[in-house]
Amino acid sequence: MGYRNGKNTVTLLKGLNLNLEQGKLVALLGQNGAGKSTLLRALTCDERPLDGSIEVNGRNLQEMSQKDRSRLIGLVSTERIQAGALTVTELVGLGRQPHTGFLGRLDDEDRVIVRQSMADAGIIGKADEYMASLSDGERQKAMIARALAQQTPIIILDEPTAFLDVASRIETMRLLQTLAHDRGKAVLLSSHDISQSLMLADELWLITTDRQVLTGTTRQLVASGAMEHLFTNRDIHFNPQILDYSF
Amino acid sequence: MTYRRFIFTITGLMLALVLLALGCLVFGSVNIPVDKIMDILAGRGSGNKAWDIIILQSRIPMIATAALAGAALSISGLLLQTTFNNPLAGPSILGVSSGAGLGVAIVILAMGGTLGGLFGETLGSNMAILVGALLGAGAVLMVLIAFSAIVRSNTMLLIIGILVSYLTSSVVQLLNSVATEEGVHNYVSWGFGNFSGVSVAQMPVYAGIIVLSLVGAAFMVKPLNALLLGARYARNLGINVSRTRNILLLITGVLTAVVTAYCGPIGFIGLVVPHIARISLGTSNHTRLVPATILAGADIALLCSLASVSSPHGIIPINAITPVIGVPIILYIILNRRRIQYFN
Repeated sequence: MGYRNGKNTVTLLKGLNLNLEQGKLVALLGQNGAGKSTLLRALTCDERPLDGSIEVNGRNLQEMSQKDRSRLIGLVSTERIQAGALTVTELVGLGRQPHTGFLGRLDDEDRVIVRQSMADAGIIGKADEYMASLSDGERQKAMIARALAQQTPIIILDEPTAFLDVASRIETMRLLQTLAHDRGKAVLLSSHDISQSLMLADELWLITTDRQVLTGTTRQLVASGAMEHLFTNRDIHFNPQILDYSF
Repeated sequence: MTYRRFIFTITGLMLALVLLALGCLVFGSVNIPVDKIMDILAGRGSGNKAWDIIILQSRIPMIATAALAGAALSISGLLLQTTFNNPLAGPSILGVSSGAGLGVAIVILAMGGTLGGLFGETLGSNMAILVGALLGAGAVLMVLIAFSAIVRSNTMLLIIGILVSYLTSSVVQLLNSVATEEGVHNYVSWGFGNFSGVSVAQMPVYAGIIVLSLVGAAFMVKPLNALLLGARYARNLGINVSRTRNILLLITGVLTAVVTAYCGPIGFIGLVVPHIARISLGTSNHTRLVPATILAGADIALLCSLASVSSPHGIIPINAITPVIGVPIILYIILNRRRIQYFN
């Protein structure tokens, strides 16, 4: 996997064979430039993998229509959005688009789902507020509520906890954990927050410095010493006691 | 709450539309008594042949032309602002109007006629000019699409639009240098902008194309709303982004081309009106924004039209009025961008 840059092909990761399971929270870790975002972009079909295929329940994702994909995968990315003058309810309502008709009108059932999604994401208290008036953490919750309203079995999040303070980070991670465990969703997120991912994720995908993707539970990966291959910098080492890196 | 605000705003805009249209009917360079106007409208005739002609073949077509032009340019601006994710985009600032103008100039010159917005009454020459405007606007939009893929900065895209305008106007100047004196005069007066260039005979084509395009824009509210979240989210919501973008730019191109061909390159309306609609509705939800933009655009154009006949010393060009209305609004928006939700 990699990307084409003009005439050059940059291969980031090769020979991937990854499985995302229902009911699990999976954290994708790797240093900057390792290919986390590129991998996620390939999984959401925003970019074609150079080779290989992505299948959901045995169906090839790339061969599906955009519409079918939108009912399978919900996305929360870090892109800037222009939605400051939408209320939280309106924004979350956009998540219903794959299920609504030509003009995107919401019926009563859609509205119930929108309210439920806001309640699940813990943002219902701000339902009628403008997106512009929310804090970063609240905005992220609204974006997660939007993905929930999409009612997809898979949710992919690109660094959902970046820009958040510690409290909001933990809240967001716990929310995602609940979604996976209680709603049976497959949740995949990329993160720079090592210790929290190690504590809360059911499974880790580690992009190592030699461009491998190692998978397993925190216990397995820590025991195998895989955590030592996450960063190129030889001066920092993984400390199993604090589940984080230190000098 | 927002729904009540929508109803309130739409009602206000419609009321303003009726009042402004009546204003444009009553006021003009020739004074016609109101009761006589009523007689003419009722089909009885005023007893003054000239007055009958002024009302039926000049003022009423002008009202329709202005209202449709305002709506068309405003929707063009709205679609451009959403498509390019750029609140300062608009058909004139991005050079789409000048592209259409260049197309018109080339066609008129190629047909051996005079250069400018003088339409023949034949359907053929009308169509040729429209096609010219459409190709010109389309060419500029293609340039913009190409550059928007390369330069990610909003400001840079605006500057490219302005550069394109300079380039097209220099080509037009070159064309002018080989045109007849009368042609140049016509071109210059076309450049002032005016809403009285559509005759009763031309109205069906002009109105038909604009109304169809506006209906087309109204059908795009769902993908437009998805685009507020950016291309990646829109794709994730099941929207075919490149196809949507092409449709939106096609609608923009057609609307801008038609208005530019018949009324001249009219500035500011397309840039300003979507902001008026957003601020008065307090939303960037296109389901409500599209109807409000259409009505507000018609209102502003009629207001300009009314202002153009307000001087006792003759008609003031439309393009002398639009900046007077537009610039203060743009400055207000720029100065208050921290307090305006849709910038945040």
